[in-house]
Amino acid sequence: MADQEECARLVRLLTVEGEDPAAGWVASVAVSLRGRASQAEIDRELRELYGALVAALGKGSLDSHDEAFGEVRALLTELSRAKARQGFTPTETAISIFGLKSALEPLLTGSIDDVRLYLRFGRLLDELGLFTVETHTRAREELISAQAEQLLELSTPVVKLWDGVIGVPLVGTLDSARTMVVMEKMLQALIDTGSEQAIIDITGVPAVDTQVAQHLLKTVVAARLMGAECTISGIRPQIAQTIVALGIDFGDITTKATLADALRHALKRSGVDLPGRTR
Amino acid sequence: MSERVPVLKIGDVLLVSIQTDLDDQAVLNLQDDLAARVVESEARGVVIDITAVEIVDSFVGRMLATIASISRLLDAETVVVGMRPAVAITLVELGLSLGGVRTALTLEKGLLALQRSGLRPADGPADPTAS
Repeated sequence: MADQEECARLVRLLTVEGEDPAAGWVASVAVSLRGRASQAEIDRELRELYGALVAALGKGSLDSHDEAFGEVRALLTELSRAKARQGFTPTETAISIFGLKSALEPLLTGSIDDVRLYLRFGRLLDELGLFTVETHTRAREELISAQAEQLLELSTPVVKLWDGVIGVPLVGTLDSARTMVVMEKMLQALIDTGSEQAIIDITGVPAVDTQVAQHLLKTVVAARLMGAECTISGIRPQIAQTIVALGIDFGDITTKATLADALRHALKRSGVDLPGRTR
Repeated sequence: MSERVPVLKIGDVLLVSIQTDLDDQAVLNLQDDLAARVVESEARGVVIDITAVEIVDSFVGRMLATIASISRLLDAETVVVGMRPAVAITLVELGLSLGGVRTALTLEKGLLALQRSGLRPADGPADPTAS
């Protein structure tokens, strides 16, 4: 049987007068989604997809990469993106396509031609199913990278503590990308505020290894190049032990246990008279 | 023909304001000029203003360190002022920390720093609060 004939037969099977193969499909998909999407919504989506699929088959093509399937692919992209954003799993997304196989089953007569036809159709649906999963994954990845970017922005504030003193409270693990953002933001803030003292507070950094230390050192040296003094504060006892055990040398960089100590130090360096305890 | 960077004298201090991105020849010329001027004018301080410099390479970075070393030999203290964040980051990534060079955020603060170490940037007595 040629492609054309197979397609024609498929279209005939899928659009039998008085019967509704799509109904079984919609029902099976609705069951698998366990009421997480409304019946009406599923029905609308799938019937649209069904229509596009029959139309594509009507054009005599069984190749999912063919131009005739453009409309189907567009609908699937939209569907799996929406599902990805709503937090559905890839299985729950792909079932929308694979479910169509079982919808076709009761329509077949069991002749050898029908078996061959079913296999061809199954292959087509497999390809479309893979396409759906791929789109779903891509949408999730986009979501993740967008969130990572937001996190990067959120987690690196530069605050002004005093005239001529800025503070950078770091929270979370430091990696190269974050350090770069922190460094740029801090150096820019030095210029914008005309500050000569900067305090990097690492109370919220869970662990310091050689790489993190390297990043901190770079930031301090860059600040120095611009003519500002940089103090590192918030080194917890556990972290102090790790730093020494790793043999990291902070050289002549001032380190303080708490932000308060660092602020006191910075103010003293910038010539502000402080009452009370002197150190 | 590379253009030459002007070296201005204010009191005891020589001021070099670099306004364009320098090529290698201009850097060498500046080094020559500055060494000659420090001797000739008996300057005690050198301020290099790089506010306008947006791109540096390792050659320019080394030039700053070299000029500082030369000036120190001739008994003049060097302050590099107005370095941009991007330039600072580049120098750090290149591994140039300019160990012996003093730095300041702005020209004003640079002059003040020299003043504190007992220099007269202009006519008038040295800063009485100097340590």
